[in-house]
Amino acid sequence: MTEKKVKKGKAARLAMPEQAPEIRKRNFKEVPTGYTVAMAQEEAARCLQCKKPGCMEGCPVSVDIPGFIGLIAEGDFTGAIRHIWTKNALPAVCGRVCPQESQCEGRCIVGKKGEPVAIGNLERFVADWEREKGTGELPPKAPVTGKKVAVVGSGPSGLTVAGDLIQKGHSVTVLEAFHKPGGVLVYGIPEFRLPKAIVAQEVNFLERLGVNVEVNAVIGRTVSLDELFEQGYEAIYLGVGAGLPRFMNLPGENLIGILSANEYLTRANLMKAYRFPDVDTPIPKGKNVVVLGAGNVAMDSARTAMRLGAENVKIVYRRSREEMPARAAEIHHAEEEGIEFFLLTNPTRFIGNEKGRLTGMECLRMELGEPDDSGRRRPIAIEGSEFHMDTDLVIVAVGSGANPLLTQSTPDMELNKWGYIEADPETGKTTKKGVWAGGDIVTGAATVILAMGAGRKAADSIHQYLTWGW
Amino acid sequence: MFKIVKREEMAEGTVILNEIEAPLIANKAKPGQFVILKANEDGERIPLTMADTDAEKGTITIIYMVVGKSTALFKTLQVGDGFQDVIGPLGKPTHLEKLGKVVCVGGGTGVAVLHPITRALKEIGNDVTCIIGARTKDLLILESQMKAASNELKVCTDDGSYGHHGFVTDVLKEALEGGDVKLVVAIGPVPMMKAVANLTRSYDVKTLVSLNPIMIDGTGMCGGCRVTVGGKTKFACVDGPEFDGHQVNFDELMMRLQAYCEEEKHCYEDFCTLQDAT
Repeated sequence: MTEKKVKKGKAARLAMPEQAPEIRKRNFKEVPTGYTVAMAQEEAARCLQCKKPGCMEGCPVSVDIPGFIGLIAEGDFTGAIRHIWTKNALPAVCGRVCPQESQCEGRCIVGKKGEPVAIGNLERFVADWEREKGTGELPPKAPVTGKKVAVVGSGPSGLTVAGDLIQKGHSVTVLEAFHKPGGVLVYGIPEFRLPKAIVAQEVNFLERLGVNVEVNAVIGRTVSLDELFEQGYEAIYLGVGAGLPRFMNLPGENLIGILSANEYLTRANLMKAYRFPDVDTPIPKGKNVVVLGAGNVAMDSARTAMRLGAENVKIVYRRSREEMPARAAEIHHAEEEGIEFFLLTNPTRFIGNEKGRLTGMECLRMELGEPDDSGRRRPIAIEGSEFHMDTDLVIVAVGSGANPLLTQSTPDMELNKWGYIEADPETGKTTKKGVWAGGDIVTGAATVILAMGAGRKAADSIHQYLTWGW
Repeated sequence: MFKIVKREEMAEGTVILNEIEAPLIANKAKPGQFVILKANEDGERIPLTMADTDAEKGTITIIYMVVGKSTALFKTLQVGDGFQDVIGPLGKPTHLEKLGKVVCVGGGTGVAVLHPITRALKEIGNDVTCIIGARTKDLLILESQMKAASNELKVCTDDGSYGHHGFVTDVLKEALEGGDVKLVVAIGPVPMMKAVANLTRSYDVKTLVSLNPIMIDGTGMCGGCRVTVGGKTKFACVDGPEFDGHQVNFDELMMRLQAYCEEEKHCYEDFCTLQDAT
C-alpha cells in the first residue's frame, strides 16, 4: 500500500445524515442515509494513519482500517473496498451493525482528545459505493483445491467462513434452514437498520465468488452431519446461531399477544409482515406495546412496534440505564423515536380477558443491590411496589438459549452444560472430527462481528486441515 | 421449486391432496413428521403433517383443508405448478411400538395425518381398529386407504348419512369397554382430540394426539407454537407435534389458534373477492 500523507484534521467528526425521528418512526426505510463522496473524503482525512493502529486491534476480524481509510481519502474507493474484502466479506453489514464504539472506534487515537474517526460510517460508505457504482470486479481467488466444505447456517459467522474458504480455492456449500439466506441478518435485524437488499447483495457477492447456497436445508433433520461427510464434504462448519427463545416463565405467558422477539422480528423482517395484507403473514399491531429486555434485540422490537403504528411503546427492564446491554446509538435512536423506558421494573404476571387476549401486566419496582455473578448490581424487588400496566402486546426480548435441533441429532459431539457446542476458542474445532463451530451456538448470544471473528479463526483452521491434514 | 405431480380434490373440493416432488424429504420422513410449505415469495409458512411419502419416487403427499387465504392460494396450484419452498421433515416421528390392541381415531383432515401412523402401527404387528368421522358422508376422506391400513375400520357421520350416526367418541367408548385397548391415537380438530382424551382418561388408556398450532420456522426458534403439556410450556415443532393427550391443555391451544382470526378473515375475503373477479 502506498503511504500518502493525509490532512490530519482536527475537525469535528462528520455526523451521518439521518431521517428525522418524527418521520422515520412510521416508516421502514433505513434511518441513516449515508455519507456523500465529499463527506466520506472529509471524514477519512481525520484519520492520523497511526503506525500502531489501535483500531485494528479492536476489530475482531483485523480489517486494515488505516489502509482502507487512506484510500478513501485519496478517492480510490475501488482500492478501499478490495482492501476490506481481504479481511471482511460483509462490509455493508458491519458498517451498519457492528458496535464500533466499543471496538475499532473505541480504540481510535483521535478519540482520546476529541471524537473518534467514524470508521463504521466509512466502511459502510465504501461498501455502498461499490454496490451502486463499482465495477463489480471480484477479488482474486486461489487455484481450485478440489476440497469440499459444508457451512451450516448462513448468518454472519457462516458467510465469513464461506467467503474465506472460497477465496482459498475450496469448494463451499452453505446450507440454510430458512427459505432465505442471511440468518439473523434477515430474520432478526430490521429493514430500517439493515436493508434486506444489502444482505442479499452480500450473499450474491459470495455466490459470484463461487459459493453454492442451498436454502430449506434443516441439517439434523433433512440431512445429518454424517450424511454430509458421506456426500464427500471433508470439513463442516456449524454456525447455526443460538435460536431458542427464552421466556420469563410467568403466569399468563401463553396469552395471545405475548410473543418472543424471535417470532415478532421474524414475522416483521423475514416474512415482511409489516406489509400485511399485501403479503400473507400477519403480525399483531399493539396499541400499548411493552418490550421486556434492554439489548439490541429489544430496541429493534420496540422500534418495529412503533413503525407498525403503536400508540406508545415501553421498554421494561429490571436494572438501571447503566446496565442496559444495547448499543448507545440504538438506545439513542429509540429515545428519539419516542420509546419510553421503564427501568428498575420487573413484570410478575400477565393478565388477559375472557378470549385469552392480553390486557395488562403486573409489575414490581426494583432497586439495585450488591453485584452478582455477572458483575452487575443485582436487582431486588421493592416490597409492596406492585403496579399495573395496560398492554395488548408484549415482546419478550430477554435473550436466547441453545437450539437443540442439530446437536440432538449429533450425539458424538460434546456440548457444555447449557447445551452450547464445545469448541476450541482459538480454532473452532469441536470434539467431532472434521467439524468446526462458532458464533452464538458456541458462545451464546453475542454480536454479528464476534460471530464473524469466530468464523475467521475457524476458516484458517479448516484451511490448514484441508491442506495439511491437521 | 417443488413441483406438484398429482392433485386431487376431496370432500366436495374443500380438501385438497397434493403429491409433491421433494426427494430429500421423502427419503428421510417418518410417520408423524411434518413439513412447512410456502407457495410463493410473499406467501406464509404453513406447517402440514405428511399424509404419505414415497422414497422411491421422491415424493411426499399433503392433504389440507381450505380454511384461509394461504390454503386457498395452495388450492389454485395445479399439476406442474409448485411450491416455492418445502422444508422438512420436521418434528419428532411417532414412537412406534408393538402393544397389541390399538385404536386410531381420525376426524376431518386429521385422517390424512393418521394414515401413515395407522399403517406403521399395523405393520409392526398391532391389532389396529380405526375410527374415522366427518360431519357428513361427502366430507369423509381416505376411507379405502384407512381400511387397507388397519385391521378393522369403523365410520361415523354426525348427520347419520353414512356409517354410525354420531361422534367418533361413541364408537371409541364401545371399543374401550372391551378393556384390552393399549393405546389410542387421536388426530383431528382440537375439540375432537379433547373429547377423545377426556374419554380415554376415564379408562386410563394412553392417548397420543398430534397438535397443529400456529408456527413460523418449525425449528424451535420462534416459540409461536408453544403449548402447555403437563403444566409445562413445550414447543410443538421440536418437542412434538405428538403429545400425551391426557396432559395437553386443549383450551389454551384452541384459544391460541384464534390469535390472528380477524386478520385472516379479512385477508381470505379479499382473496376470494379477487379470485371471483378474475
